[in-house]
Order: sequence, then C-alpha cells, then structure tokens
Amino acid sequence: MTFPPSTATDAAAESADTAATAGSGPAVVGRSPGQLMWRRFRRDKTGMASAIIVIAFFLIALLAPVIAALYGKDPYTTYGQNQPGLLNDFGYPIAPNGGVSGDFWFGLEPGLGRDVFTQLVYGIRTSLSIAMIVTVVSTIVGITMGITSGYIGGKTDYVIGRVIDTLLAFPSQLFLIVFLPVVEAAFVLPEEETPVWLRYVSICVVLTVLGWATIARLLRSQVLSLRAREFVEAARVTGASPARVIFKELLPNLWTPIIIQATLALPLYVGAEAGLGFLGVGMTEPTPDWGRMFQVGANVYHSDVTYLLFPGVSMLIFVVAFNLLGDSIRDAFDPKTKR
Amino acid sequence: MTSYLVRRVAGALVILMIISAITFYLFYAVPRDPARAFCGKICQPETLTLIRHNLGMDEPLFVQYWHWLVGIFAGRQFVQFGDCPAPCLGYSFATQEPVFSAIVDRFPVTLSLTLGASVVILAFGILTGMIAAWKVGQPLDKIASSSSVIGASLQIYFVGPLLAFYLVDTLQLIPRPSYVPITENPLGWFTHLMLPWVVLSIIFTANYTRMTRSQMVEQLAEDYVRTARAKGMSSRSVFFRFAWRGAMIPILTIFGVDLATLLGGAIITEQTFSLHGIGELAVRAVQNTDLPMLLGVTIVGAAAIVLLNIAVDMLYAFIDPRVRLS
Repeated sequence: MTFPPSTATDAAAESADTAATAGSGPAVVGRSPGQLMWRRFRRDKTGMASAIIVIAFFLIALLAPVIAALYGKDPYTTYGQNQPGLLNDFGYPIAPNGGVSGDFWFGLEPGLGRDVFTQLVYGIRTSLSIAMIVTVVSTIVGITMGITSGYIGGKTDYVIGRVIDTLLAFPSQLFLIVFLPVVEAAFVLPEEETPVWLRYVSICVVLTVLGWATIARLLRSQVLSLRAREFVEAARVTGASPARVIFKELLPNLWTPIIIQATLALPLYVGAEAGLGFLGVGMTEPTPDWGRMFQVGANVYHSDVTYLLFPGVSMLIFVVAFNLLGDSIRDAFDPKTKR
Repeated sequence: MTSYLVRRVAGALVILMIISAITFYLFYAVPRDPARAFCGKICQPETLTLIRHNLGMDEPLFVQYWHWLVGIFAGRQFVQFGDCPAPCLGYSFATQEPVFSAIVDRFPVTLSLTLGASVVILAFGILTGMIAAWKVGQPLDKIASSSSVIGASLQIYFVGPLLAFYLVDTLQLIPRPSYVPITENPLGWFTHLMLPWVVLSIIFTANYTRMTRSQMVEQLAEDYVRTARAKGMSSRSVFFRFAWRGAMIPILTIFGVDLATLLGGAIITEQTFSLHGIGELAVRAVQNTDLPMLLGVTIVGAAAIVLLNIAVDMLYAFIDPRVRLS
C-alpha cells in the first residue's frame, strides 16, 4: 500500500541513499511513487529478464503475420498432405523429432500436416488476446463491484458479498465448460454452425463472469479499511462528493493491489483458455489455438512426443516469466513484503 | 456441535437452491429455442415433440423449476422414459440414460482422483514445508520456494502426457492410468491412479510447502512456544506437537478454497488420462449440448464442494481445541 506518509519517507530514504552513493551533495529530489517503483524494478534482474520475455511474447503475437510471411508458411495449409514424403501412412511425420527440419522449424502436425511453428505463433494471438480482454474487463468489473460494495456497505455490501462468496466457492472450471454451450445456445440453434467470433466472445464472457470475484473481494476489504482512515473522513467532512472520494482518495491507494491482481490473473486466463481448447470446448478449427495443440498432443504423444513439447514449453516459459514479473512488480511497489 | 452442523447444512441447502434456480433459469430461458437446445446435436422430430411435452414449455418457468425440484426429492413421471425414482435429475437426451445414475456410476472415479490427490498435496506439501521451516535458510528451503513458481506454472495437460510418455511408454515403470475399483483390487486401484494423483497434485503441492513453511516460522515466534521451551520441552517436541497445530488452521482454510480448483483440475486430469469420471461426463455432455446432463453435473458438483467445505470447517475443531463451532 502506498499511503502518502510512507511514500514520502521512502522517497526521502531512497534519494538520500542515491545522493550518498553518487556523492553529489545533499540535494533531495522528489519522486513520485511511480518513479520509485520503476527505480526499484530496474535493479531487479529477474524482473527485467522476465519483462523482456513477456514483451517478446506480446511482440510475437502482434507481428505474427510478419513472422509467418518471412518464414514463408501459414498455419492453415496442410503441407504434410499436399507434399508427398513428409507424413507416413499413419499420418506421423517421417523425419525424426516430429519432422523438425530447415523447412519446418518446429515440425509438422500429425494427421493434418500443418506447420507447427506458425500454429504456435498465431496461437499466441488467440491466447493472449482472450487473456488480455478478460483480464481488463474482469478487473474493471471487479473494481466497480469491490469499491461499490466496500464504500456503500449495508445491504448492497451484503448482496455483493454473498455473490462473491458463491462465485469463489464453486468449481469454476466446471461452470466454465457448462455455461459455454448455454451462452451459445442463446444465439444459435444446435444444428447451426457456431461462428468463430461468437465462440471467441462467449469464452471471454464466461471467463469474465467467473473471474471478477477474486479482485472484487480483495478491493472490498481494502476499501473497508481505507474508508475508516482519516484522509477519507477528512474529505467526506469537507463535503467531497462520493465520486471525488472514490476517484481521488480511494482509487489512488488501490492501484497497487489492482495491478498485482491483474498480473496474477493474466497467466491464469492463458491457462484456462488453453484448458478449454484442450477439453474440446475452446476455439474451433481452423483458428490456431494452443489449447487445441495440447489436445492433439495428448492424443499423439505415444508416437510423436515432440509435437506436445513445443506448445508445452512455450507456455511454461510464458507463465513462469509472467509470474516472476508479477512477483517483481509486487516487490517494486511494496519493498516491505517478504516472499 | 450438532446445532452447528444443522445450521451449516441448512445454509448449504439455501445456497444450492439459489445456484440451482439460477442454473435452471440459464438453461431454460436463455437458449433461443430451449426444447431444440435440450434435444442436442442429433435430434429426431418425434424426440423434439416429446421434449416440448416433457419440459412443459407452455407452463411458466417457476412451475417447470418446481417440477424439477420436486423430482429430486420425490421422483417424477416422464411420458417418454417412464418412472424416474427420486433423486431424479431427468434423462440425458443424448444417451437416454437417467442423469443421476450416470453421475453415480462415475462418482467413485472422481472421488478417488480428488481424494488421492488431496492426500498427496497435504502430506507432501506440509511435510516438505515443515522440513523447510525446521531448516530455515538452508538449500531445501530455497529449492522449495523456487520450485513453487515452476510448479504453479505447469499445466496438467502438458505434464500429464509428458510423464505418461516417459514413465509408462518408455520406461514402463508404472501401469497405464485407468480406474480399477478399490473393492476389486486395492493394489491395482493404487498403482493405476498413481500417475493421475501426482500430475493433479503437482500444481498445488509447492504452494502448500511455501505456506506451511511461512506459517511454521510464524508460529515458532509465538509466546506459547517460548513458554514451552522455557519449561524445558525439547525443540523437537515443541515443533512437532505444538507448533504444527497452529500452522494448520490457515492451511486448511486455503485448502477449503482450493477444493473447487482441485475439482476443476480433476476434469482436465480425467480428460488427459481418459478416466471416465464426472469431468469426462461433463465434457462429453458439452460436446453433445446435452443440457439435462450438464444441469445435473453442475448441481452435483456444487453440492459436493459445499459439503466438502463444511467438512473442512469441522476439521478446524479437531485440530485446534480453541475453535468452538457455534
């Protein structure tokens, strides 16, 4: 938490520290909490390394068409079926290690014979865009609900609190797969083909509905304790409107937990989205999707374990990097927390 | 104790009523054509007519919900399928089997999977956490904290097939995962579920190691520990007879919350190893858009989590005598 008094002393200590090492006299420089956070973060080697990896993943997702054009292949063409000599009679790559070669860097998909590298690169787009949308929307909903609940209190708080408890206590993975067909049934009849965008939207909707409660609960408890503090009381007594209290007094003190929660949530959503694909209820063909790559990988691992390794290791790197980044951001915001 | 239990169960029933009402509403009112959605992907016209009649689409929604609710406690009659004894959750429109008996058939698989994994998580996580706290700052302590980052980042659908490939296919150390009823062959039940247990617990265990460690370290700084030491109790006795009790309370709270996640993990584990449990049932029902089955699985899953949470709360009183359940 960055309350004004503590950051002020932090700033003084920090600048005194740097001034002493630089030996440039007793000049005290005022720094905002954001600047302080950035200074602490820059010194954290693990944090910087994981930040670079995470940025690289986002860049790959953004530049997927460029990468595919330079590489000269796309994720849709069934190379293995079009060109003889790539897949054997059982549909497995003939070349060792899942058909890894100069032409196909990460090998070929067993069966359809599509290029694994471009599938992986385009798959990042699906995973990351869904995870980003869900993180942003569920965070906004969580902030709104949490602050409303904590600030207004009374019956509103009771109702929202019960909803949060109920949502958190239930097996969200089960609800996730159960409600997907219901959301879709609202728009299409079972005999019709579900459009890709609708599946995309329903995944986002269901993940958001089941995801906002965590941050809402956290913020509710933070607001409850902040509301009783003197600076909020002072603002209220001097006649500040609720909107002013919320946006100018409460929210600035809540950014730290909000950002920490969001960094914790994003890798979870990446995993959840891939989990849906793995269970066969995620993004549909032909949209490249990591979850579906895991599904294929889990079916063919007896004969071609390499195919499973590429999405598996990529995802492990991404999630580890993002979790470490989250830890570093937490440390940078609040150097007092011990892990 | 008894009155506490009665109150908790009553509260649980209220929550389940609300959940079932919401779920029911979503299933019956949201689809563009509920009868058509209930009929699933492959739908004969005569089935559709029967469904329209069975679901009583002409009746108001709360009457339909009432019939469904009464069916659970008193059973109900279906024109198409005949008598459905209590507890009746209706019939699957995809496989024509009663929903409740389909769930009961698969229940032992999911129960074995989650219970076994819970034992692995708690036993291994708490044990290593206590060793780490016993040897604070030493290598094992560091291994525990760094492995928890990687452990929590692993995905079941990646580790599962990978371990199966190396341990089952290549090295042939353990049998291929499947479900052998414990009543038939306890040893076979154990060996065939070993891999799923390990895979399901991997993502949780490291977290429990870390939590146990920090809780133990906190407990060892408490006054009662100092008192016990001052009275001449050996550090080992203090550690293993006193301090762990205090450390277990927060661990149990987190475990109660994690139960729901564990069930979610069980769905993916079942799919990974082709175990025919409730999760697999749910996934197949989703693929067939089999709404009665989904409704049943949702309610049973929610009920299981609510009841398990009550059981976890009861454990508090067992571990910490200061806790009065009232």
